[in-house]
Amino acid sequence: MSDARTEMLSRIRTALGTSTPEPAPVPREYRSAGEHAAGSAEVLEVLVDRLVDYKAHVHRVTAADLPELLAELLAPGPGADPGRSAEGQVVGSSSDRSSDILPAGREAEVARARSSVVVPPGIEPAWLAGLADVEVLTDSREAPLSAVELDGTDAVVTAARVAVAETGTIVLDGEPDQGRRAISLVPDVHVCVVRTDQVVQTVPEAVRLLDADPGRPLTWISGPSATSDIELDRVEGVHGPRTLHVALVS
Amino acid sequence: MPDWEALRDAGSAIKADVLARLPELLEELERNVSARGGVVHWARDAAEANRIVADLVRAKETDEVVKVKSMATQEIGLNEALAEEGIAAVETDLAELIVQLADDMPSHILVPAIHRNRTEIRDIFLERMGDAPPDLTDVPRELAMAARAHLRRKFLSAKVAISGANFAVADTGTLAVVESEGNGRMCLTLPETLITVMGIEKLVPTYRDLEVFLQLLPRSSTGERMNPYTSMWTGVTPGDGPQEFHLVLLDNGRTKVLADEAGRSALHCIRCSACLNVCPVYERVGGHTYGSVYPGPIGAILTPQLTGEKSDLPYASTLCGACYEVCPVKIDIPSILVELRAREVELGGASPDTADRVWKAAMKAASFAMADGARFRRAARLPRVLRAISRHGVIRRLPFPGSLWTRSRDLPEPPKQTFHDWWAGREDER
Repeated sequence: MSDARTEMLSRIRTALGTSTPEPAPVPREYRSAGEHAAGSAEVLEVLVDRLVDYKAHVHRVTAADLPELLAELLAPGPGADPGRSAEGQVVGSSSDRSSDILPAGREAEVARARSSVVVPPGIEPAWLAGLADVEVLTDSREAPLSAVELDGTDAVVTAARVAVAETGTIVLDGEPDQGRRAISLVPDVHVCVVRTDQVVQTVPEAVRLLDADPGRPLTWISGPSATSDIELDRVEGVHGPRTLHVALVS
Repeated sequence: MPDWEALRDAGSAIKADVLARLPELLEELERNVSARGGVVHWARDAAEANRIVADLVRAKETDEVVKVKSMATQEIGLNEALAEEGIAAVETDLAELIVQLADDMPSHILVPAIHRNRTEIRDIFLERMGDAPPDLTDVPRELAMAARAHLRRKFLSAKVAISGANFAVADTGTLAVVESEGNGRMCLTLPETLITVMGIEKLVPTYRDLEVFLQLLPRSSTGERMNPYTSMWTGVTPGDGPQEFHLVLLDNGRTKVLADEAGRSALHCIRCSACLNVCPVYERVGGHTYGSVYPGPIGAILTPQLTGEKSDLPYASTLCGACYEVCPVKIDIPSILVELRAREVELGGASPDTADRVWKAAMKAASFAMADGARFRRAARLPRVLRAISRHGVIRRLPFPGSLWTRSRDLPEPPKQTFHDWWAGREDER
């Protein structure tokens, strides 16, 4: 029996045989960039529209107001209103999806006096300066929390690598301000901080940027998780975080 | 989407280029995956792939693995093969979980449990899931939350995950999985070991090519601007995600398809399911009728080519051309169907008369079906596809792009008899 690798490659070469299609240049007439600059007002407006459409909560704040917003979003108990930003500038859906149905055994957590948040090692410390009654756990590649520990954590705060306005997508690339893939997956609330200058208009612009470090593990996020598997009825929040807050910082 | 046609042109050309340079691109992929700490395996057929995966799982001393929905592993019957070795493969996609708990067959590439309605799903969960809340109702959101709680326990403890792949980038060794629910992220991130089974045609040459397919795939499959989650990984990232990664490259008939100059473009397929959603025959007969893992128009050309066996699938078409029009990589399915039909006649020893008869009958069948769906309802067997979502005999919503159709009109409930059954019955009457 010949080695599978050798035989498969030989089968392919035989299959292509004399009728190998001519390698032709790939036509790339599609848009390689949008008409608006990264971070421009037009691009931000499109991003917010898409995120809201995907049932993410969007908060537009200045860098100075970010700590206050995070304090409000991460505050323990049902008192926090995730739909209102520190500026009182409400952009986005303020549905209470996250609290209507909880998995068995988690109801008690809502009323707790203290909540917990996991953060990556490279997060900007000033962002967390306003937190009160919140246990902050730092997770890193060197000192990772277990999946069970993450499951017992209420929320996660990360930065982002790039955002795509047209598709309402945020991309995380695992660098120290974004952390391991598991931390933005297991906790039920993800607060993602995106700088306005990180927002590009189109997918090709984002891919070009990411192509600089193609080995990094990527997570592309476009709204909370969703399924239409039951009678094509869309249900948001299946396995990933059921609530996604995007803090858009100018 | 102002540049849709330009994206299709690029997607089609990239896939043609991949096939033309397949040996060197596969070797390049292998080099790059290995350089980043991954292990590449080659599997000539289903049995070999299943053997490789089972051995890898057993080496981890576990008897349960979590799985992301994957057409390739369904094609090779991996779950059944693992079961024979005493390994339980837990499907984690909601629809696949429903199908698996019900001991059922998927009926659609994208929404495999579309033939089950909400009440049936609740009953399946209550009877088979083991830990479903006893007061579970049939509200889709509650059903989804029951699945979330059930599967989370599995995710948190799983040692090994098995996935397919949507794309593999030759020049970087990067793999990509496109999904909606987050079960993919769970499988690709939490277990210690990840095994990915991928058809050899899933390659793209460069990282940049992802910009084309990440725009084509979500829109063609669910009509979304972008699917909720896409994961990409390159070999092993120390300290982040699985620390052991195996990539199984699968032939299983693909080189046979490649050898066929007329039919090889079937290997361009990115499994979006757009052709199913627009196909008048699929709408009528449903996924189970095709009797193959790949249903619908793409299944009608891919299945006979992959298996190399005689098949009547190429006749399950009216050649209306809708599949070609929506295909994001421009596979000319109608032309390939005609070619395969001609070949059936030549190779099968059938006379041109037979071909003509079969052809006319097929056309008649289609017009018959579309003229009066009620005739089919008198038939005995139940394919049940799409019927689950019908209300009072009509379907008000279809997935994209069928949604464009049902936005303004209702579709009659599909018939209860399959194309095969009807066909067989018709032949008997003669």
